Amino acid sequence: MSLVLAIVIGAAFGAVLDRIGATSPNWIGKMLALTNLHLMKTILLAIGTGSVLMFAGQMAGLVDVGHMSVKAAYAGVFIGGLMLGAGWAAAGYCPGTGVCAAASGRKDAWVFIAGGLLGAAAYMVTYPAWKASGLLDNIAGGKVTLGTVPGSKFDGLMAMSGDLLGIILGAAFIAIAFILPERIGGGGVAVAAE
Amino acid sequence: MTLDWKLGGLLLGVVFFLAVLLVKPIGVSTQFVILDGIIGDAVNSELVTKTDEGYTSTNAYLAKSGGKYAKSVANPLNYSFVFVLAMMAGAFLSNMAKGGLSAQERSMPQIWRNSFGDTPMKRYAVVFASGFIVLYGARLAGGCTSGHMMSGMMQTALSGYIFAAGAFAAAVPVAILMYRKEN
Repeated sequence: MSLVLAIVIGAAFGAVLDRIGATSPNWIGKMLALTNLHLMKTILLAIGTGSVLMFAGQMAGLVDVGHMSVKAAYAGVFIGGLMLGAGWAAAGYCPGTGVCAAASGRKDAWVFIAGGLLGAAAYMVTYPAWKASGLLDNIAGGKVTLGTVPGSKFDGLMAMSGDLLGIILGAAFIAIAFILPERIGGGGVAVAAE
Repeated sequence: MTLDWKLGGLLLGVVFFLAVLLVKPIGVSTQFVILDGIIGDAVNSELVTKTDEGYTSTNAYLAKSGGKYAKSVANPLNYSFVFVLAMMAGAFLSNMAKGGLSAQERSMPQIWRNSFGDTPMKRYAVVFASGFIVLYGARLAGGCTSGHMMSGMMQTALSGYIFAAGAFAAAVPVAILMYRKEN
């Protein structure tokens, strides 16, 4: 059963990534260079939609809170984020969109995967040094959510209802998706939205 | 043609929601480690070994957290690994259904040609190095764009916000330097 779900949800995810332009370095590059924010609006709306559905479902008791999986916060998250961001911009691929782009026939994406496998292997070998450095030690409680989600195994950074905060932030992501212009700076004349 | 952002964002959000509703939040970058482990274990069968409680590895990273990565290496037909294979199938079918990519795009994207010309080796060298730092960074951070940024911020995880701040702080300047040229 779990493998059937992996196939169905995975295929849907790959197909949607393809249709929104996320598997194309052209769209990623224009988004990150701020010359066309269409994909940014898509992603913000997606985060907001997912958040509102999940937290509203949890409040209504329809979504199992036990399915939440929160990753730990530590200094290495920021450093790793910087590294990923630089490569994401240069190549136009991140791990998920890279494998999808390769499958859709982009030869350079296969090269990205090869580099990725070597990078992951390099991390596996150097992991003990990072561990010893203390940069993987939890900050602000480690696996925490911003609010306190009832019934969740993760602590909240603030005491306020994590479900309610999740819906509010989700709505904020959706609002930003609508407010965000199609491009920022450069190019002179703004491109009319749609 | 890409989907209008309102429809595309809604569909993508529903996929992320369905993943949490039915199984668990989406993540991808761990599977690069799992594939490395599978390859490594094929070359050297001592890498991952079965214990009384489960699995362990001579590699400290595969052995961490009670050997959960070692277990996935030993059993590749697990949810997360099959999920990534299915993503590839979904993207392939979706792309085929709209007629596939041009030969030019298959070799390298237009945005790269605009700034750097069409020498394949130049593109491949940059993309290989990028793949290296993207996956090294993702493993250091404990997740990537899907696991930290999308799934993480959707769950209001503090780590998701920290990751997104780092990723965009580097990505935007790099993209502006490399890809501001629009045609």
